[in-house]
Amino acid sequence: MFVNIVLVACGAVLGVLTRLLLSNWIKRKWPMDFPLATFLINLTGSFLLGLLVGSGADSHIQLLIGTGFIGSYTTFSTFKLESIELHLKKKHTTLFSYLGLSYVCGILLAGLGILLGHLYL
Amino acid sequence: MLYVLVALFGVLGAVCRYLISVLIPNHGFPLATLLINLAGSFLLAVIMKYLSRLPRFSPMLITAIGTGFVGSFTTFSTFSVESIQMIEKQWYGFAALYIMISLVGGLLASRLGFYLSERWLKREEAPHVR
Repeated sequence: MFVNIVLVACGAVLGVLTRLLLSNWIKRKWPMDFPLATFLINLTGSFLLGLLVGSGADSHIQLLIGTGFIGSYTTFSTFKLESIELHLKKKHTTLFSYLGLSYVCGILLAGLGILLGHLYL
Repeated sequence: MLYVLVALFGVLGAVCRYLISVLIPNHGFPLATLLINLAGSFLLAVIMKYLSRLPRFSPMLITAIGTGFVGSFTTFSTFSVESIQMIEKQWYGFAALYIMISLVGGLLASRLGFYLSERWLKREEAPHVR
């Protein structure tokens, strides 16, 4: 159990810092109403976690990279916070495209990741 | 300093998520991830809309708790993978239920956080009646 917690913790340090730095960089580089940073982070994370799960890596790697790194890299709470902010600003076209694209592409990319991980890793 | 704090709180968030997923094992329906994501959506709204307005919370601490702790506590990638796994197993009802509760429930949880934050801020600003 202790080893598992250490593995999750090590992955999480990298995951959370990557999200913070990448998110700030994307917001600076392409400022827009659409929450592009969280969107890209969540989609790439869904694909990567799919790859990892599909590869059938052993449980220590799953904890370090899956639960720790990718789990902390992607985020659900910011996604919802940004959605409510778009709703309150009455930017409903942006809101619906954000919600629709995140869910549909997130789930499809996870599936594609699992398939590719299974085939090639 | 900001990065150290965010990393520290991020580790706490991820470890909490892991421990909850151990306590609530996935017997077909990913209840742990669902509860974590709904609770986190509510918490992040309260942190960003209420706690951040209180003078005793510095912007650095708010980023550490919000982006670090709650950001790492909740997760989108596990949600996506669990959804597609239920679809692969042809558990369409469970998959639809999971996606719908995450979608609508997460929005409602966050909205509730916004609403309560506004109420609590008004209470803070109102002159104290003794």
